[in-house]
Amino acid sequence: MTKRNQSRTKRAYATTALDSAARSGSMSRRSFLNSAAIAGIGVGAASGLWTTRAQAAPQKGGTFRFGAHDGNSSDTHDPGTYVSRQQIYLAHQYRSYLTMINPDGSLGNDLATGWEPNGDATVWTFEITPNATFHSGKPVTSEDVVNSLNFHRGEKSTSAAKTLLTSVTDIRADGDHTIVIELDGGNADVPWLMTDYHFAVCPSDGEGGIDWKSGDGSGPYKIDDGDWGVQFRLSRHEGWHLEGAYFDKLVMLVLNDPNARQTALVTGDVDAISLVDLKTKSLLERDRAIEILSVPSAAAITMPMFCDTAPFTDVNVRNAMKLAMDRDEIIEKIAFGEATKGNDFHHSPAMPYFPEGIEQRDYDPDMARSLLKKAGAEGIRVNLSSADSVFSGAVDMCVLYAEQARKAGITVNVVREPNDGYYSDVWLKKPFTVVSWGARPTPDVLYSLAYKSDATWNESHWQNEEFNKLLIRAKAELDDKLRGEMYRDMALLARNDGGTIIPFFNNFVYAVRSNVATGEDLAPSWELDGARGPSRWWFKS
Amino acid sequence: MSDILGLVAKRLGLGLIILLVISVIIFFMVELLPGDIAQAVLGQGATEENVRNLREQMGLNDPAYVRYFHWLRGALMLDFGRSIVTQETVMGVIGERFRNTMFLATYAAVIAVPFAITLGVVVALLRNTIFDRVANVLTLTSISSPEFFLGYILILFFSVKWGMFPAIASLSDSMSFWDLLERTFLPALTLVLVVTAHMMRMTRAAIINLLASPYIEMAKLKGAPPWKVIVRHALPNAWAPIINVIALNLAYLITGVVLVEVVFVYPGIGQALVDAVSKRDFPVVQACCLIFAATFILLNLAADVGAILTNPRLRHPK
Repeated sequence: MTKRNQSRTKRAYATTALDSAARSGSMSRRSFLNSAAIAGIGVGAASGLWTTRAQAAPQKGGTFRFGAHDGNSSDTHDPGTYVSRQQIYLAHQYRSYLTMINPDGSLGNDLATGWEPNGDATVWTFEITPNATFHSGKPVTSEDVVNSLNFHRGEKSTSAAKTLLTSVTDIRADGDHTIVIELDGGNADVPWLMTDYHFAVCPSDGEGGIDWKSGDGSGPYKIDDGDWGVQFRLSRHEGWHLEGAYFDKLVMLVLNDPNARQTALVTGDVDAISLVDLKTKSLLERDRAIEILSVPSAAAITMPMFCDTAPFTDVNVRNAMKLAMDRDEIIEKIAFGEATKGNDFHHSPAMPYFPEGIEQRDYDPDMARSLLKKAGAEGIRVNLSSADSVFSGAVDMCVLYAEQARKAGITVNVVREPNDGYYSDVWLKKPFTVVSWGARPTPDVLYSLAYKSDATWNESHWQNEEFNKLLIRAKAELDDKLRGEMYRDMALLARNDGGTIIPFFNNFVYAVRSNVATGEDLAPSWELDGARGPSRWWFKS
Repeated sequence: MSDILGLVAKRLGLGLIILLVISVIIFFMVELLPGDIAQAVLGQGATEENVRNLREQMGLNDPAYVRYFHWLRGALMLDFGRSIVTQETVMGVIGERFRNTMFLATYAAVIAVPFAITLGVVVALLRNTIFDRVANVLTLTSISSPEFFLGYILILFFSVKWGMFPAIASLSDSMSFWDLLERTFLPALTLVLVVTAHMMRMTRAAIINLLASPYIEMAKLKGAPPWKVIVRHALPNAWAPIINVIALNLAYLITGVVLVEVVFVYPGIGQALVDAVSKRDFPVVQACCLIFAATFILLNLAADVGAILTNPRLRHPK
């Protein structure tokens, strides 16, 4: 059952002219989808080329109730402060974005019907559908989109997504249904960036800003009522500009307690939950009325070592630390099998341009020992900072790693840090920590955020000139094949020289009741089919 | 009667003074929490200028005692300021939550108090029988188990196995009163189980304590049946300790149920307080603490007055 998604990806492709071009071997499926996206081929066209739907036609009706983990009563509608799952899931129901991640991981259109870069990817033009309206009845125009994006830019902006738009120099409307984004350097990822959950389109307030307080949006469902930290009730936005939104009504409940969440699913009080507690997953699996969905994601657990702090200044020590980890055991015991094995570069197989065929790094204490000998650092002792709040099992994982590393003559002293303030007082401050990363849409976003030499979040203090040069070149490269090769080189550099151990990419593990029909694929960007399950799924009759 | 009113007024006055002292403690305890409030609100990405502006805006540059009096002046008029995080008024944030908490507490109290006292009287009547032992063991077991565990057990049987009641207490405005009672039955039952033992055993102990008194002997000698001896003769003199225990338990129902709220996903004030603490939303924390303190003071006052009313000696002091 949990293998469902993996098997789903091995489906028959439709035979079309484009398909045969792809089959000639010059292009991988994913890079095909990337170029389709860059060329601005819409969701209908692109997915039509690649998928055949084996399931019965979707049916309208019903109230879809889902329980979300991670919601607070202090959350708000301000898209610049989106951080909790409650906000992110809700945002994808009542608001729209320019683009979206399709269930198969490719890029599709939401408000944008197409997009076009100039020759060096420094100017991007997006066409916006004329069919979209806000729930208040006002049509969505380029002004709304421009103001919504500008909300995350500029001196006064307090948006968490500000860093994603630092290279943007201008965003302007060109008529009612076209917007132009100008950058100070080429960036081929702009359409992907627009899927970021902060960039929700809100109605313009007529003064260059946006009205986020009203909770008005142009998404598939409109909010009827609700309270943050408790629940929201929504009903279908008739005349939504895309296909879908099969449910009449949605109820999104905040169910922070894992037990309450799973019980609610078992008793049928909700139809889906966003997170299954891995420790009790096997018990939940026994219930035949429940289907557990496990989707490989781009979320990762990382263990950064400060490359400018002894003993990690020596690349041999860093690689010894990487070799001293038995990832298979960690995945089995800590992630309960629901993870993809890491290979010490942060580019997940669920991301575009994934470099296939790079040799997997495995547990090799003897090799680690000899590397340490080479570095003159035999029998080193290191402190590893961790906290239970990082992810469920974070401290256990470190203790397990300490045991594994002992065979390589490395003494890992696990330091349990306080949960409160871990990311402000420990991460980026202590030389060896454990970090949980959310999924990012493209390798460029991730590498720029956490591996670029001057990035604020360069969590391993890694400085590699070649990597940084490649990063800038790859960012502006519109030729997919070349770009893929650069990401392969960068992955190798990060793997062999970088300061980050990546034990695994954790799957999204969520569950639905078996009367809920989902598509063949489930998007890798968020739980619940990229947070868009409520507008993609339906009830079986 | 005017004596009683005077007494209540005096107690209320004392209560206000206590509340004032508590408000000082709450305010300065919150001050002691580590970290800069403005920094906590703006998060990691904040520039120094941002933080400075916000400190200015929130009046954080004034000395603590000045801010205390500002806050106190607002609190006296039930204006606790605005939530730092959501910018809503504090009353807007916790008003609804407080109503929910009061509803659940009332629901549980309406079941638990009569049940506990009746049970207390019955076990006093049947003391040292099997019934007494079993009732004691069961109530002691339920008070000794953590509330969340009791909640899970109830969910297991009443919702998962028998499907009689919903496992989560999600509310909506359109719900009828009966729906509401059904939805919140399991959390209320959990609370009933938690508070019954205390009240029941106090009733039993207070009554048995009196059974050796000469006037009880007298009542027995004149041939009153055992139930009448207890209900008519012993119970009126046992009220004072029972009322005190009831007041304590009622206060607990309002202030101490965050675990039950979490288990049943009930939108009460405890959950709001926990969220507020983790987000450093100080105005909300202060308002919640003050409400809790006022609850304790008022219920204790009610217990004192109740004890006096049921005791003629206290009613007519020499």
